[in-house]
Amino acid sequence: MRRFFSAFGWRHEGAANAALLGLPAIWFACLYLAAIGALLITAFWTVDDLSGDLIPGFSFANFQQLLSDPIYTRIGLRTILIAAAVTITDVVLAWPVAYAMVRLAGPHLRAALMAMVMVPLWSSYLARVYAWRLILAHDGVLNWALAEMGLPGLHIGYSNWAMWIVFSYLWLPFMILPVAAAVERIPPSLLEASADLGERGLATFRRVILPMALPGMVAGAIFTFSLTLGDFVTPMLVGGTGSDFIGNVVYANVGVTNNIPFAAAYAVLPLGVMVVFLALARRLGAFDAL
Amino acid sequence: MRSKGNWLIWAAVVAIMGFLFVPIVIIVVYAFSAAPIPAWPITGFALHWFADTWNDEEVRQALALSLEVAGVATILAILLGTLAAMAVARMKSAAREVVSFVAVLPIALPGILTGMALAAYFAFWGMNLSYWTIVAGHATFCVVIVYNNVVARLRRMPRSLTEASADLGADAFLTFRRVQLPLMASAIGAGALLAFALSFDEVIVTTFTAGAQNTLPLWIFGAIRLGQKLPEVNVVVFAIILFTTVPVLLAQKLIGESGRVAR
Repeated sequence: MRRFFSAFGWRHEGAANAALLGLPAIWFACLYLAAIGALLITAFWTVDDLSGDLIPGFSFANFQQLLSDPIYTRIGLRTILIAAAVTITDVVLAWPVAYAMVRLAGPHLRAALMAMVMVPLWSSYLARVYAWRLILAHDGVLNWALAEMGLPGLHIGYSNWAMWIVFSYLWLPFMILPVAAAVERIPPSLLEASADLGERGLATFRRVILPMALPGMVAGAIFTFSLTLGDFVTPMLVGGTGSDFIGNVVYANVGVTNNIPFAAAYAVLPLGVMVVFLALARRLGAFDAL
Repeated sequence: MRSKGNWLIWAAVVAIMGFLFVPIVIIVVYAFSAAPIPAWPITGFALHWFADTWNDEEVRQALALSLEVAGVATILAILLGTLAAMAVARMKSAAREVVSFVAVLPIALPGILTGMALAAYFAFWGMNLSYWTIVAGHATFCVVIVYNNVVARLRRMPRSLTEASADLGADAFLTFRRVQLPLMASAIGAGALLAFALSFDEVIVTTFTAGAQNTLPLWIFGAIRLGQKLPEVNVVVFAIILFTTVPVLLAQKLIGESGRVAR
């Protein structure tokens, strides 16, 4: 029996692949893809105002409500713009670290730098957000340090600035790692060729290294952008009032008012944005750099 | 000229590393602060918050649930992630492209989508949120972590090894046990460690899939939001940082290569 299956699998590659992929595929389709499907279906449902029961059907009521109230447009734009700002910030901050790690550091320093990037990446997310709450609060570490230096205090706690700083902080390692990997994959001979052709350091960087590391940057951007786009904890803890993200509206509608269809309808926005983003990223070769 | 440029890069690296580590240092310092509410500068140090936290029944229950969920989700991830990786590694490039694109969606799409989609899905079936809905939610992304690690290892493993094993008379199952599994083991181990760490820390998907239960991150989130038990929060987050750093550095060793996002 065992030999039969073994030989059968060898001769019929498709059958062997199906046997291996079967269980994961069923799991993935029945849980994840079906859940995304349920999201898209329930977005067209409504909720009974009195009983709170779900009313199946096909209604654009949720989308009409989202479009008619400008607050939802503003929240959507804020979320997307901050996600974009965070991504750009992280690209800028990732380059010196990635470049130093791959091209300048010796093997020991390189391993140490790598570990220093990995530790914050895997340190508790909530711990790091909470630390920033302590730093940016009005009587927090930052203003204390500024006062010690004789500088005036900043009032950036509980604002969009705070969210920009904290998100950039949280996801920076996700940008450093793929950029470093991309720089590492550039053959040294190309850099030598560039130098032989008379290009100086900065020109080589701009014309050889930067374009070749683009897939790495886009791979990092998938994480920095997507993770910011789908967050509601950081806006809640460091953003304060008037800095809601799409996630906060979704969270409030599921957890507090129990209006799942409305939340699902709003969640279609980040889904759409990410589908476009991922399609672009794939074209730029980011999936080979993940 | 060149060395001057390098000097600038190193200065930037030092500044950025400072940016990465100042918040972590602050967490560590606050865990030993004596004050019942967090204030800066710290006025005194105490250790009794550690004992208080350890004796807090809520914290213990949340910790137990988190460990259990992370354990079960990781076991599921090892099984499904490894199977999927082995299938994808054998596929022709066109099919492989499609599967590997779809497979990373749970980590490429925002957590709010996974959470919201699962909440809608469970509501769709009229299911109550329970321990198992939390596990299912965590397993969605844990599977991808293991898959990613194993598929990267298999990509570098020449097919000739399994062919040689077959030529020597081993069937597919023996080849799996004696050739493929030993070669994949460390990648599976690294993926499992990372999956466990990620599940243990997850808060966004969990808020949508947990009913009345509190995982440890949910407990922390609630406490910070309500401004309650903040000294215990300090201790808990310090302990988490301590205990996640160890498996992560271990996983880093197991992967044995640098610069690849494991998530």
